[in-house]
Amino acid sequence: MIVEIKHIVYLLASVSFIMGLKMLSNPKTARNGNLLAAAGMIGAIIAAIFFHKGEVSSLIYWLIFGAIALGTIVGWVTAKKVQMTKMPELVSLFNGMGGACAALIGLVEFHHYVGDATSMSVILAGMVIGSVSFSGSMIAWAKLNGTLRNAIRLPKYNILNTIILVGLFIYAAYIVYTGTANELHIYTLFAAAILYGILFVIPIGGADMPVVISLLNSFTGLAAAFGGFLYGNQVMLTGGILVGSAGTLLTLVMCKAMNRPLFNVIFGAFGETEAAGGGGPQGNVKEVGPSDLAVQMNYSKKILIVPGYGLAVAQAQHVIKELEQILEERGVEVAYAIHPVAGRMPGHMNVLLAESNVDYDKLKEMEDVNPEFPQTDIVLVVGANDVVNPAAKTDPTSPIYGMPILEVENAKNVVVNKRSMNAGYAGIQNELFFRDKTNMLFGDAKKVLTDLVSELKALD
Amino acid sequence: MNDFIQFFTENKEIIFIVILMIFVGVEVIGKVPAVLHTPLMSGANAIHGVVIVGAILLMLNIEPDNILGLSLGTIAVFLGTLNVVGGFVVTDRMLEMFKKKK
Repeated sequence: MIVEIKHIVYLLASVSFIMGLKMLSNPKTARNGNLLAAAGMIGAIIAAIFFHKGEVSSLIYWLIFGAIALGTIVGWVTAKKVQMTKMPELVSLFNGMGGACAALIGLVEFHHYVGDATSMSVILAGMVIGSVSFSGSMIAWAKLNGTLRNAIRLPKYNILNTIILVGLFIYAAYIVYTGTANELHIYTLFAAAILYGILFVIPIGGADMPVVISLLNSFTGLAAAFGGFLYGNQVMLTGGILVGSAGTLLTLVMCKAMNRPLFNVIFGAFGETEAAGGGGPQGNVKEVGPSDLAVQMNYSKKILIVPGYGLAVAQAQHVIKELEQILEERGVEVAYAIHPVAGRMPGHMNVLLAESNVDYDKLKEMEDVNPEFPQTDIVLVVGANDVVNPAAKTDPTSPIYGMPILEVENAKNVVVNKRSMNAGYAGIQNELFFRDKTNMLFGDAKKVLTDLVSELKALD
Repeated sequence: MNDFIQFFTENKEIIFIVILMIFVGVEVIGKVPAVLHTPLMSGANAIHGVVIVGAILLMLNIEPDNILGLSLGTIAVFLGTLNVVGGFVVTDRMLEMFKKKK
């Protein structure tokens, strides 16, 4: 009787996941939404452990508690300590852990269900998807933190990957069909799925990583759902499918923001045109120093700041807030133009600027801010590159052609802060830098902006 | 055909849940501002950590003399916990920053 309470807890947990996700899509309720989902999760875990039917040796309880305690400490400390710039890769890392968990469940449970075709299919599906999600996430993690800087492409990688994928299907079908009890098969399938995950992500360029992480996120959700199917466990099923479907939609939304069809992301349109990367526009660039820029800014009416990954790397979010304040005191109108995929993840810049208490209303989205550029005196681009590259509109041979950009070239003056003339993440040069109204402000974002702020103060 | 109908009948509750949840997932994400894409992805990432329940059930049902199974199961619980705890804490840290705005 008492153990049946778990079904009520599972129901409540499922509701908390749905409500939590719903609340996460509104800035006002987002934080509580996350806490609500977390509470539901704790409930589901407790119910699974304590309302279990049947005898279980105390050793197993100790193993479970030990693993949970260790996982909590490691997870908590890692998540608390990480810098804001490292968040995207951490999400990828945790996603991979979930995938690995699903894969291990499949490996262990397999021999319990030999001969039962439905259960075997479910186990194999969960294990394959979990494994792909695990190894794929690890590659995405390595790419984002810079360990794996370049896209690695084997010859004919698309064909090779497709063959492996089809092979995985056929092999899994063979295992189910023959109902084999030989565990060698499932380990081989496991290894092949891991290999596929690696080969699936490794050719994809770093700029597309957010989409890949979101996609792998929904994969893990799917793997969890297969686990729920296997155990007849509703909370795993609802949670898993919820993330699977929401994650897929989120992936498509991101693709739309970048104007890159999912097909191109996976089958690598960047790859085809990358040869053109080294070339591109050449010419002379004009430089400007902090003191000249300070004077120019001091007498401007309207300034728009375009933040990019460089801002995150330099940890310049606080000093940029300082710059904003001092300019506002001088009567300059300041706002931030946020490209949906600036940084390494959609919303990355918003999170970063929120850290330094930049007013939410000052963050303008691309569609709203593009018509404002012609009335803007100075656009200050801080560590962004591809999202302001006019080639996306004008040059059909460019790898980023078709991506909506912030049309900063329409502003009266453009100042670009970069560390050097190196190309952006897509690996292409930016003609914007060579335009007449563009001035380059070379240097680390934090240092240069700090100089700018002190020059502005000195002007008073 | 008969196999399919039998499969459907045996699992109809689950199939209902799956189909309905797909729609719920799509509805819930409906119109989320770009600002919240990263926290939302991170939150969803934490929720699929529910796979840990599967790892726990695996441990509770396993034969105590299955050493390999026990070891892999314990690792699975550990990894699942990482996913859950890390996922929710990271999401909270991201969202913490939104709270302070006026």
